[in-house]
Amino acid sequence: MIRLIPRAQPSKAMIFLSPLLALTLTAVTAFFIFAFILTDIKVSSVFYTLFVEPLIDTYYISELLVKAAPLIMIALGLSIGFRAGVWNIGAEGQYVIGGITGGAVGLYFYNVEGFWLIPLMSLAAILGGMFYAGIAAFLKNKYQVNEILVTLMLTYVAVLFLSAMLQGPMRNPSGFNFPESRPFHDGALLPIIWQGTRLNVGLIIAVILSFVTWLGIKKHLSGLQIKITGSAPRAAKFAGFDDKKTIWFALLISGGVAGLAGLFEVIGPAGQITPGLPQFYGFTAIIVAFMSRLHPIAIIFSALLIALTYIGGENVQIYFNLPSSITNIFQGMLLFYFLACDVLIQYKIVFIKTIRQKL
Amino acid sequence: MSNRRLTSILKFSLLSLMLAFTNSAFADPVKAAFIYIGPTGDHGWTYAHDQGVNHLKDQLGDDVVITRIESVAENSDSERVITSLARKNDIIFTTSFGYMEPTIKVAARYPDVKFEHATGYKRPTDNISTYSARFYEGRHVIGKIAGRMTNTNIIGYIASFPIPEVIRGINSAFLAARSVNPDIQIKIVWVYTWYDPGKEADAARALIAQGADIIMQHTDSTAPMTVAEEEDGVRAFGQASDMSAWGPSAHLTSIINNWGPYYADRVKAVRDGTWTETDTFDGVEEGMVAFAPMENMPDEVMWEAQDTILDLDAGAVHPFTGPINRQDGSVWLAEGETPPMFPDIITMDFYVEGIDSKYPN
Amino acid sequence: MNEGLIIAIIIGISIAAVPLIFAAIGELLVERSGVLNLGVEGMMIVGALAGFVVEFHTGSSFLAVLAALLAGMAIASIFAFLTQILLTNHVATGLALTLFGLGIAAFVGRSYTEENIELISALHIPVLSDLPVIGPLLFSYNPLVYLAFVMVFLVWWFLFKTKQGLILRAIGDNHDAAHAIGHNVVRYRVLAILFGGAMAGIGGAFLSLVQVPIWGEDMTAGRGWIALALVVFSSWQPFKVILGALIFGGITILQLHAQGFDVRISAQYLSMLPYIATIVILVSLRMRDKNKTNRTMPNCLGRIFHSTS
Repeated sequence: MIRLIPRAQPSKAMIFLSPLLALTLTAVTAFFIFAFILTDIKVSSVFYTLFVEPLIDTYYISELLVKAAPLIMIALGLSIGFRAGVWNIGAEGQYVIGGITGGAVGLYFYNVEGFWLIPLMSLAAILGGMFYAGIAAFLKNKYQVNEILVTLMLTYVAVLFLSAMLQGPMRNPSGFNFPESRPFHDGALLPIIWQGTRLNVGLIIAVILSFVTWLGIKKHLSGLQIKITGSAPRAAKFAGFDDKKTIWFALLISGGVAGLAGLFEVIGPAGQITPGLPQFYGFTAIIVAFMSRLHPIAIIFSALLIALTYIGGENVQIYFNLPSSITNIFQGMLLFYFLACDVLIQYKIVFIKTIRQKL
Repeated sequence: MSNRRLTSILKFSLLSLMLAFTNSAFADPVKAAFIYIGPTGDHGWTYAHDQGVNHLKDQLGDDVVITRIESVAENSDSERVITSLARKNDIIFTTSFGYMEPTIKVAARYPDVKFEHATGYKRPTDNISTYSARFYEGRHVIGKIAGRMTNTNIIGYIASFPIPEVIRGINSAFLAARSVNPDIQIKIVWVYTWYDPGKEADAARALIAQGADIIMQHTDSTAPMTVAEEEDGVRAFGQASDMSAWGPSAHLTSIINNWGPYYADRVKAVRDGTWTETDTFDGVEEGMVAFAPMENMPDEVMWEAQDTILDLDAGAVHPFTGPINRQDGSVWLAEGETPPMFPDIITMDFYVEGIDSKYPN
Repeated sequence: MNEGLIIAIIIGISIAAVPLIFAAIGELLVERSGVLNLGVEGMMIVGALAGFVVEFHTGSSFLAVLAALLAGMAIASIFAFLTQILLTNHVATGLALTLFGLGIAAFVGRSYTEENIELISALHIPVLSDLPVIGPLLFSYNPLVYLAFVMVFLVWWFLFKTKQGLILRAIGDNHDAAHAIGHNVVRYRVLAILFGGAMAGIGGAFLSLVQVPIWGEDMTAGRGWIALALVVFSSWQPFKVILGALIFGGITILQLHAQGFDVRISAQYLSMLPYIATIVILVSLRMRDKNKTNRTMPNCLGRIFHSTS
């Protein structure tokens, strides 16, 4: 009989050991699965492609960082809300709206260059994302309409709105009526920080935001984060905030950051607004947030890990002709182990020889 | 046959045999990669490309090593996937419109790799070709069948996204149907998805309820065909691949996207060192647009359809032949006039006169 | 508009609404017990595949639905084990379940995209089904359609008319108190989660067995997420799930019809209607009764329970 006994203090060792344990368990399970389904491919080479190549090949390192940046940003915003028990499930929609509003400014000033352009676009993106998440905050505060419903439904609306914009006002005038915006000029694109790759300042901003959030939480929400993994986030409140303000704060922050992430995708690796903008980042970021136990610095690492599963998974498909579903299975499994192993932080596992007492 | 001719044939065969021998025995096989927008099991767009790739493999055998990657979204991920492929392949086929800018970016970085982008129009470097098919010729043929086969005079059209490719198909099918049946009406439902079996089925049911007895689809799943099969007196056309298995009594024919010969040609060209940048827009004549066997229709209708195919094959008819007005009544094509490929056909963004629906904008 | 068209529209709406009703009523019970499972989409797709595969091999609709139910429960049991035994976060575990379910269904189902099956036939009751208007409207649906409504009633009856239902609600509202008076919180929740999986599984099977007789990866196309939203829409009241599903499914179908009738609104904006209308209608319902705050939301929703004793 296995029992979980709460620890008096969260285990410091386990905070670092449990992810390693989870990785090991994932690797072992994956090994057996691959050994079972792959008949004529060496499992070791699949493993190399999945876990090692993306970490030693400079191109893939740069792509890991590119992929992680938006996840870091969105997850940061969400983690603040989740601490307060505000369930913004629709960061995906706020991300899309931010891409649209920020991108619209860029398209409006298409032939203008200036140091102010990207800051102005960023402002528009943040406001767009804030507005979109703000709808949920307003409806929650005024009519007690649960934010899960509003943010989720508005995600679908955002995607259709993107489609309408790309059919209409934002369509590339010389694009043969295909639903894509014009590619942005270099002046409107985020500066590249690693020449020869797609890595841009978005990553730096994401990392800075992580530290800012970390400091902010330390200052204003001391004592809060300890409780997070185990107990009720709903009980948590921001210092000096009442319920309504907390809801506004949580949704505006997470919406604004998601909006900015959307713009950074548009003027970063994508370089234009396309119907492919929504790419599940808003949902993946929820996972990233919880994998890192809502800790702003840990978010950087869990975002990188998720990015690794994407890139490794892609390459496994390319090299070994495996279907894309392998990546989903693998990600799901990794998350299961990650979440499960975290139990060791708050609890000890005790094996008890049960004397079947009262039943 | 003269001796001289025979000798030359022999010489030629010998030469090609030697060439083939040299190529397959001594040269490395061509590494060809394909990137797909959907899963290969969609039975629509991606499935058709995948069938083409199978044909390529059959044709070239050991001369080609093929890599396929499916379900690559048309966003910033695709540039990474194309780059990964470019590092290890000789030629890369990017089989969806949304891969255009990523293909161009990667092509600029890998000048020695050949790129083939489906349905696009940009070829800024000389290692990018574009290719697509005149699918509206296929729509022309099924439009004629539809015009003959309908009893209610209503065609139901399940449309995906309002892009020129889809608009061309609607206009072409409508004009052809009206040419054989002046009372024809077309009802168009936009579902804003390429693949959602449930929604495509809902759309098909809605159209049937509104009186359509012919269903055309420009989406990828077999769902509309299965709905037509369950309703009495409703017929449907398959999209991209032969969908007859899903509608034994409803299926009239399917427009088949026949990419195989093109893929074989292009990879052979890489093997032989003769690949050059091109823009291909082939149709029935070249065999890129083909049809599943025609069924569930009277012989006269089938003969008429076959004649239409022969005419298209011979280049004798053009699906857009004037007089044609735009929906607003303005003149598009004068009597006997056919439109230029660019801009009229490539960028088409209007309905023709006679279509009642509002243009989606 | 003629009679036939109206009947067709109503039947169309029921087909669109039923998968949502199944998935949502299951999730409603789950949430009533204080568990938030965002894995509905993943459980639905697994059910859709299981139903299709068994129908394909056996031709038995009963076995197919049973298989979907069991498959939904099987994958839900992963969630139950993680959240109830290992105390993982509900939101993250549910999302992981969705990813995992979509992946495993797509992988296992690869060879079945080539196949098709017979649709589960609709009910035909002699005399009743042949009545004009009433026959097609009331007595000619697929048996699963009736089952969906029966399940809603049963969940309502269970929650509000049985002792176990009362306990389950008590657990959802305050698990510590319920535990203190001796109720087995974990057992109730695990059973609720398994029930949710079973319902999502049948909802998925409705897609692949009734709506369209094919299998394709991602064929649930977001319906699991809509079901989740509908639970919120219902304010955790079973019968309001039907209302929500009919509104959502109804507007989805009506906007397709509106396009066919050429309503002069762009199709993109018409397509947004089901989502926007769900929000607007909920807001207007809330505006009508100002006194009632959001009391019906289970207080412990999404919170982790661990018994210390």
